[in-house]
Amino acid sequence: MMPSADLVLVLVLLSNFFLLGSSRLRAIVNGTALQGVLLGALTLLVHHELSLEPILVAVGATAIKAVVIPGMLTRAMREADIRREVEPFIGYVASLLLGAAGTGLAMVYARTLPLAPQHAGSLLVSTSLGTVVTGFLLLTTRRKAITQVAGYLVLENGVFIMGLTLIEAVPFFVEVGVLLDLLVAIFVMGIMLLQISREFASLDTTRLSSLKE
Amino acid sequence: MILAAIALVAFSGAPGVLLGRTSRVGERIATVLLVAGCLLGLGVALGALRTSVLLDLPWAVPGGRLAVRIDALSAVFLLPLFVVAPLGSIYGLEYWAARDHAEDGRKLRLFYGLLAAGIALLLVAGNAVLFLVGWETMALAAFVCVTTEDRLEAVRRAGYVYLVATRIGTLALFAMFAILHQATGSWAFAAPASALGPQAATAVFVLALVGFGTKAGLMPLHVWLPGAHASAPSHVSALMSGVLIKTGIYGLVRVCSFFEQPPLGWGVTLLAVGAVSGVLGVAFAIGQHDLKRLLAYHSVENIGIITMGLGVAMLGRAIGSPVLVALGLAGGLLHVWNHALFKALLFLGAGSVLHATGTRELDELGGLSRRMPRTALAFLFGAVAICGLPPLNGFVSELLIYLGLLRATTTDRLLVAGAIGTPALALIGTLAVACFVKAHGVVFLGSPRSPRGDHAHDPGAAMLAPMGVLGVACAAIGLWPSGVAPAFERAVAAFSSEVAVASGSLEDLAPLRILSVTGAALLALGAVAAALLRRSTSRARAASGPTWDCGYAAPSPRMQYTASSFAQTLVDLFAWALRPVVHPPRVGGLFPQPATFHSHVPDTVLDRAVLPLSRAGARVARWFRWVQHGNVHLYLVYVLSTLVILILVSR
Repeated sequence: MMPSADLVLVLVLLSNFFLLGSSRLRAIVNGTALQGVLLGALTLLVHHELSLEPILVAVGATAIKAVVIPGMLTRAMREADIRREVEPFIGYVASLLLGAAGTGLAMVYARTLPLAPQHAGSLLVSTSLGTVVTGFLLLTTRRKAITQVAGYLVLENGVFIMGLTLIEAVPFFVEVGVLLDLLVAIFVMGIMLLQISREFASLDTTRLSSLKE
Repeated sequence: MILAAIALVAFSGAPGVLLGRTSRVGERIATVLLVAGCLLGLGVALGALRTSVLLDLPWAVPGGRLAVRIDALSAVFLLPLFVVAPLGSIYGLEYWAARDHAEDGRKLRLFYGLLAAGIALLLVAGNAVLFLVGWETMALAAFVCVTTEDRLEAVRRAGYVYLVATRIGTLALFAMFAILHQATGSWAFAAPASALGPQAATAVFVLALVGFGTKAGLMPLHVWLPGAHASAPSHVSALMSGVLIKTGIYGLVRVCSFFEQPPLGWGVTLLAVGAVSGVLGVAFAIGQHDLKRLLAYHSVENIGIITMGLGVAMLGRAIGSPVLVALGLAGGLLHVWNHALFKALLFLGAGSVLHATGTRELDELGGLSRRMPRTALAFLFGAVAICGLPPLNGFVSELLIYLGLLRATTTDRLLVAGAIGTPALALIGTLAVACFVKAHGVVFLGSPRSPRGDHAHDPGAAMLAPMGVLGVACAAIGLWPSGVAPAFERAVAAFSSEVAVASGSLEDLAPLRILSVTGAALLALGAVAAALLRRSTSRARAASGPTWDCGYAAPSPRMQYTASSFAQTLVDLFAWALRPVVHPPRVGGLFPQPATFHSHVPDTVLDRAVLPLSRAGARVARWFRWVQHGNVHLYLVYVLSTLVILILVSR
């Protein structure tokens, strides 16, 4: 593994903390876009030789994760007219600390995994687990639906990084399929967001509990 | 080719979905495709009687190969499917015509095709994975067909009970196939007898009995059957009662064929379960007021008879008597055909009555034979056949099972089984006669009990022709059993190869030719008697007047026997099992006011055991409701904590 890849992975981890610590929705959307760009670069870096397929996956990932989805989120934000995440269940400092603890634990845990020799020394697996934990934290502690979509996206990014360890084994079509899946999921969520904000005049997901049954 | 046939049948309803709701074109395309697919399948099945069709293709499903195997045993079950399904579809052209049923006609035709295709798929499957795919297709398509009229509360309830029952049955099947897979290491249908220990073999048998018995409607597991058959449109009832429930029998026969040396207890169990289903099924049928529910309980009864035949075969296999195997299995399988034919005929007949009068309630019908003579004749044909009276087909198969049971009494070890089984079968036959005298008498004879039948008339050709075909088939098997006997000899040979050699042909075991002769003689005698009667009555002048009414001058239709009064003696006899509910009238004072009397026979197992139990289960489950609080964030915490726990455990 090249050290440049590890550098990018550290940047991904930093962007995780940025996402956990920011309260402005605009910043969160930008953070996810940044992560998308980083992931695209990472796809290119982990490949030993550059052929057409990794380039296509990288371009696709960047386009979807850094351009299309943030664009959709920005639009949703504008239409629903919200800017800030207010009153998260767990405060920003606390979630930063939790995220740091989760990332640390992920590093410890990744060390104990029986990994293939070429991944053993790299940050790939631990970053992936840390990003998944961050995604879960965003999903569970934030109230606004847009933040939750961002959390889902971060979670998905974590899974994507984990997928990079298998990039030689996983067929091209699976990668593309996963990207398409993600796009569709976000698309559906976006539509639902708009409908919900139209019906309830709010994007607070705690109010959704009145929908049960 | 068989796959092409199945595909044709499966997607027969699809073009209609794209067309308009009331489009006549859509329903015709559906029928034409389905009939074409079934004719193709009929050809394959007939060929498969002689030489098995084998096909093994790779398949992307894990553990699955697209293994198709049609031996004579599958073919015997395929044939009634490919006869009843197209006839039902033709019947549906008029019975559930698109212009009258705009809201659910397309849905019904789509899933009717899927239902038939699912049945065909499971019958041709050569391994467990393909079998379960077909099984589930069938079960779910049947659910949609049953709930065609889902605006009615009773239909939704029947569909729900059916869905729960079929899920439980499938669960048992999954467990059964898992045990078989563990023993043999493959999903293919093959004899694992040597690989399976005695305990595992018993577990497989019990699971098969529960899983397949639920679908077949064996007695304590029949709870879904009356409601579902009564609620579905009549041609779907015909297909379900005639063919779908037989897939349970097919599964039982197939699993039993895996074991060359079954314990004696299996045969005894099958015989006992069959006898209980038969006797109680017909007893419940007698108590019913709803024509289609009555027929549904007769399905339970006939499944009982078939299971008794299978039980005889398994007893024969256990003690090494090929004659018993041949008689029992051939009788059971022939009864599968017969029941498919006459029960489809009866359901189509009941459908015609329902179509013409708008009610299934026996006590609102009466005197319909004058207004619907052809339907009455077809129904009578089916009734005679289902009662097992010569010269129709029901007699032949019951005779084979009788012969098997009587043979069993000549061996020392099976004396008791035979001595209890034979009278049980006789009791079933007698009660069936009583029940159909009631059904036919109340619906078609006497005078109308309500104005509903005033405008009733025979249905058109699309509904009458299928009934005619089925009636002719019943008569053909009854009059010429030697013609179909070879099919069953081959099926028995497919069940266990050594039997066919040892037992010889069915002709040697049963007096099939004599049956043809006596049947023909009976018909001739009847014809002569009818001719004589006609001659004598044509000379006499018919005088019309009121029937003799014991001196009471103003008889009304309400003074006829009703469905419940006719059956009361027999229902009281079986009151220990039927638990009839009677609301007697209160009559008091010197000048009693008008009073009402009402009685009905609910399903004892469903109302007294299953529903209270599930209510208790629901009460227990309510304690866990706090887990589902509706807070999305906490749900995600559940996921996260599960993940963490799994990670910790996996280390």
